[in-house]
Amino acid sequence: MIRKLLVLAAVAAGTTAIAGPALAQNEQFIPLLVYRTGPYAPNGIPFADGVSDYLNLLNERDGGINGVKLTSEECETGYATDKGVECYERLKGNGPTGASYFSPLSTGITFALTEKAPGDKIPLLTLGYGRSESRDGTVFPWNFIAVGSYWTAADIAIQQIAKEMGGFDKLKGKKVSLVYHDSPYGKEPIPALEARAKKDGFEFKAIAVTHPGVEQKSQWLAIRQDRPDYVLLWGWGVMNSTAIKEAAAVGYPRDKMIGVWWSGAEPDVTPAGDQSIGYKALMLQHPPGKFKVHEDLEKYLVSKGKSIAKDDFAQVLYNRGLINSMLGTEAIRTAQTKFGNKPLTGEQIRWGFENLNLTADRIKELGFEGMLKPMKFTCQDHQGADQARIQQWDGKAWKTISEYFTADESILAPMVKEQAAKYAAEKKITPRDCSKES
Amino acid sequence: MLYREAGQFKSTYAADMAIFPIRQDRMALWLLLAVAFLGVPLLAHFRIWPLGSDYFLRAILIPFLILSLATVGLNILMGYCGQISLGSGAFMAIGAYSTYKFATGVHLPLAWFGTAISIDPLPVLPSILLGGVMSAVVGILFGIPSLRIKGLYLAVATLAAQFFFDWVFIRVKWFTNYTPSGSVAAPEITIFGYVFHTPIERYLLCLAFVAVFAVISKNLVRGNLGRQWMAIRDMDIAAELMGIRPLYAKLTAFAISSFIVGIAGALFAFVYLGAWEPLAFNIDRSFQLLFMVIIGGLGSILGSFLGAAFILILPILLDQGPHALGIPVTVETVSLMVLVVTGALICYLLVVEPLGFARLWSVAKEKLRLWPYPY
Amino acid sequence: MILFGQVLEVLIGGLLSGVLYSLVALGFVLIFKASGVFNFAQGAMVLLAGLALVRSLDFLAARGIPVWAAVMLGLLFAAVIMAITAWLVERFVLGPLVNQDGLTLFMSTIGATFVLEGASQMIFGSDVYPLRLFPNDAWFLFESVFPGGILVNKLDVWGGLIAGALVAGLAVFFQRTKTGRALRAVADDHAAAQSVGIPISWIWFVVWLAAGLVALVAATVWGTKLGVQFSITFLALKALPVLIIGGFTSVPGAIVGGLIVGAGEKLAEVYLGPHIGGGIEYWFAYVLALAVLLVRPQGLFGERLIERI
Repeated sequence: MIRKLLVLAAVAAGTTAIAGPALAQNEQFIPLLVYRTGPYAPNGIPFADGVSDYLNLLNERDGGINGVKLTSEECETGYATDKGVECYERLKGNGPTGASYFSPLSTGITFALTEKAPGDKIPLLTLGYGRSESRDGTVFPWNFIAVGSYWTAADIAIQQIAKEMGGFDKLKGKKVSLVYHDSPYGKEPIPALEARAKKDGFEFKAIAVTHPGVEQKSQWLAIRQDRPDYVLLWGWGVMNSTAIKEAAAVGYPRDKMIGVWWSGAEPDVTPAGDQSIGYKALMLQHPPGKFKVHEDLEKYLVSKGKSIAKDDFAQVLYNRGLINSMLGTEAIRTAQTKFGNKPLTGEQIRWGFENLNLTADRIKELGFEGMLKPMKFTCQDHQGADQARIQQWDGKAWKTISEYFTADESILAPMVKEQAAKYAAEKKITPRDCSKES
Repeated sequence: MLYREAGQFKSTYAADMAIFPIRQDRMALWLLLAVAFLGVPLLAHFRIWPLGSDYFLRAILIPFLILSLATVGLNILMGYCGQISLGSGAFMAIGAYSTYKFATGVHLPLAWFGTAISIDPLPVLPSILLGGVMSAVVGILFGIPSLRIKGLYLAVATLAAQFFFDWVFIRVKWFTNYTPSGSVAAPEITIFGYVFHTPIERYLLCLAFVAVFAVISKNLVRGNLGRQWMAIRDMDIAAELMGIRPLYAKLTAFAISSFIVGIAGALFAFVYLGAWEPLAFNIDRSFQLLFMVIIGGLGSILGSFLGAAFILILPILLDQGPHALGIPVTVETVSLMVLVVTGALICYLLVVEPLGFARLWSVAKEKLRLWPYPY
Repeated sequence: MILFGQVLEVLIGGLLSGVLYSLVALGFVLIFKASGVFNFAQGAMVLLAGLALVRSLDFLAARGIPVWAAVMLGLLFAAVIMAITAWLVERFVLGPLVNQDGLTLFMSTIGATFVLEGASQMIFGSDVYPLRLFPNDAWFLFESVFPGGILVNKLDVWGGLIAGALVAGLAVFFQRTKTGRALRAVADDHAAAQSVGIPISWIWFVVWLAAGLVALVAATVWGTKLGVQFSITFLALKALPVLIIGGFTSVPGAIVGGLIVGAGEKLAEVYLGPHIGGGIEYWFAYVLALAVLLVRPQGLFGERLIERI
């Protein structure tokens, strides 16, 4: 027995003793926190595929960014916070200049890394998730909650409801319920919805679903009895499809359900089959489907068997992964204009994010036309955009059914400010003075 | 040859009762402590392998120490008192959230009495200790059913604590200081005006906690109380007939165990995670601790450390193994492989040595004493 | 009247979903009854059975096999997989652990859980796979009496019928067959059973196979409800309170426990939840179980433990 254990130990020691591979110098390292297993894998996989494919595309097509090759490494978090922290510690020092930025795709991991990133000077790119108040770049210098927060999502969902009802004045006295994943992720929109409810005079009710959301009968029976006019869905993973099935079972009309953009992808609706027809969801600006960038992806990766995507190619979450990588690499490119075409540190890339200006021309050049509107990040505004559209599932594909809505900043901006100030006070942070930054 | 106690004579009863009666053991312990308290920080300070980067310190040693502490706590309950608990994650959460409340100031309005309890923010060290006390109080509460429910029924019943507190900390906004998302961020760790900021400082803080509680636990289980626990564990009815009060023995075990687990939870939240949500202390954490106790060895303080090391480090090693060796496999396959191999190794270990690493350790010591001339 | 109808609806829904928990709990009971092992791997077995079934169905359907034949073959394939699993578990985990402490056996099944979860996803994939064996829509009963009627989900009714049939079958198996009696002897004392000539490894194989088949049945119902995916393993945790209320050793207890838990947690969630914040059903089931245990420490139908010095 002891001998066997010794052998085991020796093997284990052997694996650790082999140090990391020799580091090439002209490389920019991008760590990838992914979850391809566990309860949220069906949603984690397409996103991770998109993220990785875009980085590979840049390497295959352009040889990296201005001659700097991109390297990356995936680390499986399983959506668990402590695994995420371990992955972060493991990957943050890789490459000649350390990690460029982290995108954990988990609200919980984002919260934990928000505490660690300032010490290590690594930006966090959280595309449409994470702390809503981290939009305030003076208090959260390292967080980039790009394209939208849950508060903008909540606000836009209400605007869609108002449009369907024929005006904000029609909202008075109506009932809107939120079915949410009982975690920081699901709870984020509640303050924004409460603020909206107060302003527009509708009755708001929040209904919690315990992680991972496989059992929702009582929630939907309560909805059947309460008969809200609209149901907002803030779920992730198996919770979404289960919610749609239960809604169908209690006869709640699916076209009165609006999901957040994390509840509006193919794995959320296909398991429920025809019961999903009519279900609506917010779009994080972009639809699924092929755009110009996909032609390049097909030419340089898919046709050569280098794409890791399978059925998920050009799906909602895959495309969102592409955007995630596009924003990150564009930030690196922007930073290179100031610091030179060489591998950059996280701090330099943060400058890139804060000066990232995606014009319509640039978006077209990158092949993302039709997926994104122009957006601009600044030292104060780490969100860049606050617009979204609505899509509807017709049984086979998502159809965009609305124009762009813009979130009502008269409600949200003070909330961002208040929560950011509270965070700053609690953590004893002195907000930066953006007028002094170059 | 080297490990032999021949010639070491004890002239007092106290020497005979020492925790480490053999000189070599004492030397090994001092050496270990020296490495832990001096060697590791020095290596980390001068960035010498394996502490060249923060990774080893921050992602392995710190969680290892904290989880070892929790395992010691759980081992007191399970290994010494024989009460199976699947709710240790909840007690870590209670420790973490109570510490957070004490460190950021408690304001509890009591509307019925028209008054309010207000405590100003306390320094971190008393907060952590008070967090442990809160955990102990709840531990006693959830320990009461153990007087009537036994064995695996009790194990499942302790899950009630697990799920209840998962819910409490996500639902009761008071615990999270009304943050909109319900996730909280730990304030800075300041003890006597000294800010614990770098990984080395944080490591030493954890190490100090672990060392103190390991010594206390080791002495507790050797004393009157520990003997009562073990009597209850071995056969509670017989123990009762011998005059041991099950109420007192079981509840003290629950209290002390929860206290230590709570402190470990506070450290896990404050030192390791920095910001957390109840999911960080969910049922998986309870199972992880359970494994650490069983694999390490029930009823062994040393085993707690070995078990914690094995269960924490094995998946990390397996996860990095293929990459370090340059084997091209996808992350998905690796993480599933890790599950399979970890599970299989656990089964294997249980089959070859159901008493855990602690037992292997004592067998090894026995053999070493005879080496190289076994008879 | 409206309120009465609504309460009735929640009650019926709760009772039926409780029966669905019982389907998973039955597997636990079988193994505990026959081997004294608290088998935490039951949830993972449901996942494995479901994945084997749904993946083979997809495979066969893609090759133009008619649906009824594909279902038959798929069920057969999944049953074979469960038999292999049962043999492996017996051979490599439980066999060597005969006569060990209950806690050690419990931990070894958690180890087996990891292996099963990892291996099943590695072989069959970790995506979500829809399974449609039963109708998933609802009846609306007594629409003339209550406005909107009383909603009853067809899938839940199917689940209830299947669970009933299973319990009847298992009761007969345990009480009337030779193997069933041998199973009960083994549960009492491994060593004693061995000494009177009961082939313990064969018995254990049989019982794990039976639990595997129960898992397969549970997978057909739950897979239809949720889609087959990793999350299905969380059912194990929902089945535990059912188990302790009913008692670890009682087959009918699993059903009664399921009814109590289902009705209790749904009523609590719908009528108590809104007042204290919602999302309470997970812990409510456990607190309910704890309350039952305080009155009867071996569950409602469990065998009374007689302690001797």
